[in-house]
Amino acid sequence: MKRNIYLDHAATTYMKKEVLEAMMPYLTQNYGNPSSVHSFGREARKAIDKAREQTAKALKARFDEIFFTGGGTESDNWAIKGVALANQNKGKHIITSAIEHHAVLYTCEFLEKNGFEVTYLPVDSYGMVDPQDVEKAIRPDTILVSIMFANNEIGTIQPIKEIGAITKEKGVYFHTDAVQAVGHVDIDVNDMNIDLLSLSAHKFYGPKGVGALYVRKGTKITPLLHGGAQERNRRAGTENIPGIIGLGKAIELAYENMEENNKHLIRLRDKLINGIMDRIDDVRLNGHPTLRLPGNVNMSFEYIEGESLLLSLDLKGIAASSGSACTSGSLDPSHVLLAIGLSHEIAHGSLRMTLGDENTDEEIDYVLEVLPQIVQRLREMSPLFIQEKGGCQYV
Amino acid sequence: MYSEKVMDHFMNPRNVGEIENPDGVGEVGNAKCGDIMRISLKVENDVIVDVKFKTFGCGAAIATSSMATELVKGKTIDEALTITNKAVADALDGLPPVKMHCSVLAEEAIRKAIEDYKEKQKNKVGV
Repeated sequence: MKRNIYLDHAATTYMKKEVLEAMMPYLTQNYGNPSSVHSFGREARKAIDKAREQTAKALKARFDEIFFTGGGTESDNWAIKGVALANQNKGKHIITSAIEHHAVLYTCEFLEKNGFEVTYLPVDSYGMVDPQDVEKAIRPDTILVSIMFANNEIGTIQPIKEIGAITKEKGVYFHTDAVQAVGHVDIDVNDMNIDLLSLSAHKFYGPKGVGALYVRKGTKITPLLHGGAQERNRRAGTENIPGIIGLGKAIELAYENMEENNKHLIRLRDKLINGIMDRIDDVRLNGHPTLRLPGNVNMSFEYIEGESLLLSLDLKGIAASSGSACTSGSLDPSHVLLAIGLSHEIAHGSLRMTLGDENTDEEIDYVLEVLPQIVQRLREMSPLFIQEKGGCQYV
Repeated sequence: MYSEKVMDHFMNPRNVGEIENPDGVGEVGNAKCGDIMRISLKVENDVIVDVKFKTFGCGAAIATSSMATELVKGKTIDEALTITNKAVADALDGLPPVKMHCSVLAEEAIRKAIEDYKEKQKNKVGV
């Protein structure tokens, strides 16, 4: 039987039926432009307002603090460039971490080329940022701290509330890329003192190409896109109405069922992690054992390379991803795996499996049956395996 | 992204292993870059009568190692030295551009194993 097991939900999720149903009318009959005065426009306006309410409720934010965007990357770019430009009179220093998504890291690098200074905080072996490091790095000219809520590769959840308490006391804006966390972690932007938060619908069973940026009222930020007066003059461009409605519905569903979903995910996650540990030698779990996303499994298998692992799994009908260089088109393995202290060799042999709410025990059993055979086959081909095992002469 | 031939050589690699008491061994690449190939040869009367490989690397690295061993098996040393990385890639019906370096490694591994063989021959003659 040809299997089709999807274990790459951190890359993207399928879209839930209820989400599609909510979107459908706005793809066909209710096609008005919310900026229009007539009834078609008013219908669309009402629908966006509802999605904004749903999103605000999920983050415990205010209705007028939610701005819809074209996705997580746009939200990250806008938050960082927008705060940098609007506050450069106060200072030009930004603090972030070494394990951010490239949407944050490359935006920071862009700003560095344009006169800003960026501090990249290290992380510990679990991928955790130390809030004290944040405090120590803040200078009089620091304008923004941007630390991700949860890491996309290794799933580690950061001490966001502790960092928020520090940035609030120091009077520095705090942005968090919560693309992987939204829908899986309780978020309260006020309790956590978050000033800006990025999210993306297709990570929680919504449509692709739509996201949002939460911006605390009173935050000084310049727009990224200039043009029409949409999103209260903050984000020009005719709104992606069906997408926004899908986002609203998806985030509502995610938080309604979060506890139950997380219980299911954590059980399967730990079954997969423990099952691999029991069946395969010379393997390590990357990321924190408990302070990690409910659906994230990231492991390194010594002596083998990630892409050949992915190909072999794919042939068995299992879809996963890897931090290996060969899967990214560059020669270096994942910056996240190197930042938590893995050697290049071990980082090359990493495998990420991210679970979703439709994965079953039976699927995990199948992975646990197939994976040890694949690892064994690749190890038998590997010159590193024999040498290490035989304690041999290779230098 | 890979041709059927690449996938075939990845899933059913030819000549995996190591020759005992080989006449020549070539190892190239390093684990840091995620690629190591080791090729060992058995040579009789200047003909490569047996060849085996071990590879740590991606699908293309394994497939090019496998194909390279197929191409040199039964060839004379001089014939084997004319096999280029392009010939290895072509024999696999091509490789994605980012994977061409794997075929270069395969060519280098073969050359290095032959050099090692020649070196050993010289020493034998010397003794």
